[in-house]
Amino acid sequence: MTNHWIDLKNSDVLLIMGSNAAENHPISFKWVTRAQQRGATLIHVDPRFTRTSAKADLYAPIRSGTDIVFFGGLIRHILDNELYFKQYVVDYTNASYLVGPDYDFKDGLFSGFNPQTASYDRKKWNFVTDDKGVTLKDPSLKDPRCVLQVMRRHYARYDLKTVVNVTGMPEDKVLAVWNSFASTGRPDKAGTILYAMGQCQHTVGVQNIRALSMIQMLLGNIGIAGGGVNALRGESNVQGTTDIALLCDNLPGYLPIPRATWADYDAYVKAGTPVTNDPQSANWWSNLDKYAASLLKAMYPTADHKEAYTWLPKIDDTKVVEYSWLSLFERMYNGGFKGAFVWGQNPCAGGANAGKNRKAMATLDWTVVVNLFENETSLFWKGPGVNPKDVKTEVFFLPACMSVEKDGSVANSGRWLQWREKSARFMGDSMSDGDIVIRLFEEVRKLYKAEGGKHPEPILNLDTAYLKDGAYDASALARRLNGTFLKDVTIADKQWKAGQQVPGFAALQADGSTACGCWIFSGSYTEQGNMMARHDRTQTPEQAAIGLFPNWSYAWPANRRILYNRAGVDQAGKPFDPKRAVIAWNGEKWVGDVPDGGWKPGEKLPFIMVREGRGQLYGPGRVDGPLPEHYEPFESPLAGNPLSPQRVNPTALHFAHEEKAVRDPRFPYVCTTYRVTEQWQSGTMTRKTAWLKEMQPDGFCEMSRELAAQLGVRNGDQVVLESVRGKVQVVAIVTPRLKPFTVMGETVHQVGIPWQFGWGQKKNATFDSANLLSPSVGDPNTGIPETKVFMVNVRKAPSGKQG
Amino acid sequence: MSENKGKTFFIDQTRCTACRGCQAACKQWKKLAADETVNTGSYQNPPDLNGHTFKLVRFNEVEVDGKLKWVFFPEQCRHCLEPPCKMMADAFIPGAIIQDEVTGAVIYTEKTKELDYQTIREACPYDIPRKEESTGLLTKCNMCIDRVRAGMLPACVKTCPTYTMHFGDRDEMLAIARARLAEVQKASPAALLADSDLVRVLYLCEVHPSHYHHHMVADAGNASDRIGPFSRRALLAMRPLRTG
Ligand code: SF4
Ligand code: SF4
Repeated sequence: MTNHWIDLKNSDVLLIMGSNAAENHPISFKWVTRAQQRGATLIHVDPRFTRTSAKADLYAPIRSGTDIVFFGGLIRHILDNELYFKQYVVDYTNASYLVGPDYDFKDGLFSGFNPQTASYDRKKWNFVTDDKGVTLKDPSLKDPRCVLQVMRRHYARYDLKTVVNVTGMPEDKVLAVWNSFASTGRPDKAGTILYAMGQCQHTVGVQNIRALSMIQMLLGNIGIAGGGVNALRGESNVQGTTDIALLCDNLPGYLPIPRATWADYDAYVKAGTPVTNDPQSANWWSNLDKYAASLLKAMYPTADHKEAYTWLPKIDDTKVVEYSWLSLFERMYNGGFKGAFVWGQNPCAGGANAGKNRKAMATLDWTVVVNLFENETSLFWKGPGVNPKDVKTEVFFLPACMSVEKDGSVANSGRWLQWREKSARFMGDSMSDGDIVIRLFEEVRKLYKAEGGKHPEPILNLDTAYLKDGAYDASALARRLNGTFLKDVTIADKQWKAGQQVPGFAALQADGSTACGCWIFSGSYTEQGNMMARHDRTQTPEQAAIGLFPNWSYAWPANRRILYNRAGVDQAGKPFDPKRAVIAWNGEKWVGDVPDGGWKPGEKLPFIMVREGRGQLYGPGRVDGPLPEHYEPFESPLAGNPLSPQRVNPTALHFAHEEKAVRDPRFPYVCTTYRVTEQWQSGTMTRKTAWLKEMQPDGFCEMSRELAAQLGVRNGDQVVLESVRGKVQVVAIVTPRLKPFTVMGETVHQVGIPWQFGWGQKKNATFDSANLLSPSVGDPNTGIPETKVFMVNVRKAPSGKQG
Repeated sequence: MSENKGKTFFIDQTRCTACRGCQAACKQWKKLAADETVNTGSYQNPPDLNGHTFKLVRFNEVEVDGKLKWVFFPEQCRHCLEPPCKMMADAFIPGAIIQDEVTGAVIYTEKTKELDYQTIREACPYDIPRKEESTGLLTKCNMCIDRVRAGMLPACVKTCPTYTMHFGDRDEMLAIARARLAEVQKASPAALLADSDLVRVLYLCEVHPSHYHHHMVADAGNASDRIGPFSRRALLAMRPLRTG
């Protein structure tokens, strides 16, 4: 989230799209309903009428996988009708930047496409620069080469009729949503977009989010109270795991992942540090060397950080998604691994194409499953259709204790690091994840010491001084993540002693005199103590006006509660909307939130994390194009793409040998997957909680009355869903909440199935995970699987009723 | 007890998201059993109140003025100001059902074992009482009387994330309920507070009460906030009673 949960109450128009917030983030509605009570409009765009739609003032159905058509149309609508916030767009976005002559878009492809490698040469999308290397601009926005005009041309194809035809959304709904949301393109109005996996889990997932971010920039909705681009993080600490780099493409604090071609530290810093010649750009990532050196010193405090860099694992110079989830399972499926640690996950039920994952697990010699309870993954060797005798894999189960049985922080969607104290004793043999990791690591280290091995330095030298009384101490790690002075240092006349905690990331040094495990967390555990454990409601009147609690927990970065807040004020530091000011310059200093950099008003551009300081309407950094473009999902009811001759994202991650259902009469219905309030993730925890299981006991498939009538299915009947990859049998919920779509003049039926009901849900379950149906295709930037849309067949189960 | 004393719930159904936090919290606080249910083609589960389900969120898909609505009804005992179940019970086993002096909570005691289940159930205009087979007791929501006496909110109210559920002194609850009703009526003129002068659980209905459940109001044919001068006794007298 650029903003935070409480801030939702400040909004005038809330667009929930690609999220079922009421069901999957029940607490969000504490604030959504407050906004509504203030008179705000709640809009829900979703293929299904859900508990979120039930609370919305306006619900608009959309065929899964057509979000960019809808957003592209809205961009055109905003541009055509001059609904954008002109001052914001000119001053704070790259709308005025001139795009270079090599940029082109033809037949669904951007310039620079190489069909052999299925990738783009992104240099072709560069801006035009002056002789000092600063991008040329036309603040009048009239130059045909400027970003705004490029966008106008690009989205000209996204006219109302096309949007209606492709998305299946009725025309009156399209216009109602567009007009309502675009009404926030004024300084005194705030619009927010809430999204979740419904935007991400697509082969165009990143571009979906780019598109909605562009709309927020056009309307001046970023950096203001009640605005923002708000990803609702579901898994209790998914924000924290991303921050700490449980991802294949970065190191903690979103530092780039080392690559084989960046052989030494200097090469890494050079490649990772963006350069700008624009004096107004803060270009925050120019500090990368301080954060990288401090990270290396956090891992290896006594080593030289440049040497320590050579110990880090490095990825090959290929596409980063080759290291992502789907690629790992493809490789495992092909016998590419001997063993696997499966930690707090359930790929055999929760992962896309779970049937493939189950087969992949059987190629392993061993696997270690760390979880609270057994699940479809730890028990894959005796799952449906598997004869344990045929499985060679040795499975070790390590019971982990749960969140309330250990200390530590959890980062919420609003980036608040919230400290929790252990409140119950762990049970049986279970251990905290920290203890499991450290003990395992020390055993491995012993083996290296005793037997040697290839490249032993990273193992032998890693610092693991996180124990207290023989047990893992979360505070010790938290202190290291904040950062510590390793030497006496003087910063701005202030003396710091070796061993003291750094006050924040501004104190981090590039010369190895500070250690910091995650620079964005710096400031969370200082000499003043554990800032994450604060429960102080003190606030200034400015903060009280927008529900900001700066002394409650700690928000990264720098305790800033609303990101890019310098974009919410004009060049003089005056808030665009004084009633809801996030920050304001009072003539001497900033008041309100922590500003995005303390410079005086107008001194620096607000989007400090991007190289040139302005919000990127045109974003040349993504691998699949500088502007979001609609491509059909890999599996689709359409044979082509009504917007261009290019059917699917040409750069998407997929495995050519796996068949896809494209306008395939065997699989005529669009299917999407989702979650329910009452179960958590793949159900590993919640199915043990009888009160929750009682409310949502079984897998089900929601379908329209129209489709049910066509199939002869009655509510409560058993139905079989089948895709290219597998089949599952579940209960039919026949409901008016799903309706057939009219797409390109044809009726398209969509069904939906929650993925949280694997065979482990209950004894003798006749159902199984919806992920047996979903495909192994993914976004080219992140590798996230397209589990939100694929094609299935549905038929009544032979017995009709549940056995 | 006087009709403006004691405690009252205000349940603003316009805000309920059917998260069922209240349903789970009730079971958790009261340590109630869960059943091995099956999905019968609905999210509503267990399908009905039972001996160990005192709070049940009902889900109904209805069409109102051509618009699809999914309405949610977090149902529980209404704690009638003059409880017909108690009047009926008093005729057989005095003290089996009691009314708390301070709060007005209607409480089923151990002695409900000796009552005839059907008689008591049918005395209730809202069809709330159930029999717990494992103990033989008649059961229902008791306003979390233990919590309330200790100065805490009922478990269901405490859990509700959306401010659907409110609990407090009756006059205060009536005031906020009426204020909210006036607000809601601006957009939904048909909105009403169901049986608000008869019960201690004020349900704000945005659409006609029958859309939520046929027992949303005591007299479904006369659903109104102004059911007026009918006393509980009069209502009771109008209902055909089956005994046995
Ligand atoms: S007041 Fe207590 S007993 Fe009654 S429904 Fe709420 S939680 Fe259950
Ligand atoms: S906890 Fe509140 S929002 Fe959730 S179902 Fe109950 S009354 Fe509705």
